[in-house]
Amino acid sequence: MTELWDGLTKAIELIVSFDPEVMGIAARSLRISVTSALLASLICLPLASLIHFNHFPGKRFLINLIQTFYSIPTVTVGLFVFVLFSRAGPLGGLNLLYTPTIMVLGQMVLITPVLLGLTISALSGVDRTIVDTARSLGASGFQAGLIVIREARFAVMAAVIMGFGRAISEVGCALMVGSNIRGFTRIITTAISLETSKGEVELAIALGIILICIALVVNIVLNRIQQR
Amino acid sequence: MSLIETVNLCQRYGERDILKDINLAVSRGEVLAMIGPTGAGKTTLLRLIDLIDRPVSGKILFDGVETTLSEKARLAARRRMSFVLQKPVVFNTSVRDNIAYGLKWRGVPRSMIHQEVSNILEMVGLTEYGARNARTLSGGEVQRVALARAIAVGPEVLLLDEPTANLDPVSEARVEEVIRDIIQCHTTTIIMATHDMAQGQRLADRIAVLIDGEITQTGSYSEVFASPANKKVAEFVGIENVIDGVILSNDDRVVGIDVGGAVIEAISDYAAGEEVSACVRPEDVTLAVSEVSSSARNHFRGEVTRTVSLGPLTRVELDCDFPLVCLVTSRSADEMVLVKGKAVFATFKATGVHVIKREGR
Repeated sequence: MTELWDGLTKAIELIVSFDPEVMGIAARSLRISVTSALLASLICLPLASLIHFNHFPGKRFLINLIQTFYSIPTVTVGLFVFVLFSRAGPLGGLNLLYTPTIMVLGQMVLITPVLLGLTISALSGVDRTIVDTARSLGASGFQAGLIVIREARFAVMAAVIMGFGRAISEVGCALMVGSNIRGFTRIITTAISLETSKGEVELAIALGIILICIALVVNIVLNRIQQR
Repeated sequence: MSLIETVNLCQRYGERDILKDINLAVSRGEVLAMIGPTGAGKTTLLRLIDLIDRPVSGKILFDGVETTLSEKARLAARRRMSFVLQKPVVFNTSVRDNIAYGLKWRGVPRSMIHQEVSNILEMVGLTEYGARNARTLSGGEVQRVALARAIAVGPEVLLLDEPTANLDPVSEARVEEVIRDIIQCHTTTIIMATHDMAQGQRLADRIAVLIDGEITQTGSYSEVFASPANKKVAEFVGIENVIDGVILSNDDRVVGIDVGGAVIEAISDYAAGEEVSACVRPEDVTLAVSEVSSSARNHFRGEVTRTVSLGPLTRVELDCDFPLVCLVTSRSADEMVLVKGKAVFATFKATGVHVIKREGR
């Protein structure tokens, strides 16, 4: 209990003194996860629209498949990306393994199903009459699609934030493809894992508090959006 | 040439035929009211005319051009029309933006849009609501935004689906006022679906009756209401007495109709032996407590079976060997002591009886 209390006080000291290492790790985590969430959104929004607005055989199955991948283990994604980008892998020549870029890519793969599935749900949630109204006012198919996306914007933003939440809190994939290199690929979750195994809980607790604070902010934003 | 013409238009959902061989022509500048009971196919027909849906068969000509061709041609034709849906939804943005959308989609320059939207807001009496989110408006205000949005694009054809359904009387009057303004100030062709016959009379040049997916009658208000084409139309337009019978004789167009023992006299061209229905408006029947001599050809002794007070009027149901409903003022009903079982004499003129041929025989 004393150890936990000591760890907590030291952790708070590290945070309030803006310890360069703690701040560096937190900033890197945010940078990588924000980038992966934004890039995944750029891919998922048009893709989700394509799936939603088009009727094709196997559409229901495809959506079921996407939803199944919501809970894909992070280490499985890590393994998949690792195999692809390892020296012997098909994309090994790009030399991206153990870089922040590959971590962004890994997180993108991880959150794509969540983003895609939730965006499709958000678009499906828009009243069908919106499309009829837009078309009756002279919108083309593309313009009517844009208005549906606009109507679903709050639910789509919630999907993006959910994706970001999953990205920043994952450890398996980041550890496997980023390798927790100090000052380069070390992020909050991988640092907590390492410091705890070394028995240095102060830094781990400080980073844990920061992660919870980020989660709290994300939740507050999400609630605000969902209330609209 | 008609601005809009439908040729043998059919629509089906699943196994159910919604519209059957609709042939309708609407001239430029005409206001046509489609009346019919709920589920008759009015909305389906408006959606087809607006080219939102495609028919299973038949075609729609817009300004003489067939519209069942390419999607591009359909969009071009659709942009010459606008449609106010029965339960209009507004986009989750300001009232101004809602009205501006149709113009934006047509590529109208931003500076012109601003002016146009201001004019339309003034026309529908929503100037002070411009910046408000349209989702915060009341039902009547939403209906006016929907109308404003539709007329902002300057449509040649305005389609209205039950424009005042579910509105309170004040909102209904305001919406009707806007429609009347459009009719008076623009040369817009209007096709409106309504189940409110009085509204059809107030606003339209011509009435089309749509029942069970078929246009059963078109004509002026007085034609449709005084001379319904068949029993279904008669019942829909509120003729409560539709009495089935057979023509006994035709003497110089004065026919005697056997309605199960009693004989109703009417003016008709149908020959003896023809199976017909005699339509008598309840307000055309006069009641008396003793038999009176008059020029009216139809006198029946009956017994009151039920009375229902309708405020200033009372609806009296009689058994005259056939059921007969009549409307009298409540004051007369009180003075005559019209209670169940009371014997009365019902009188109506032969010229007040509309005779229609029975179908499905």
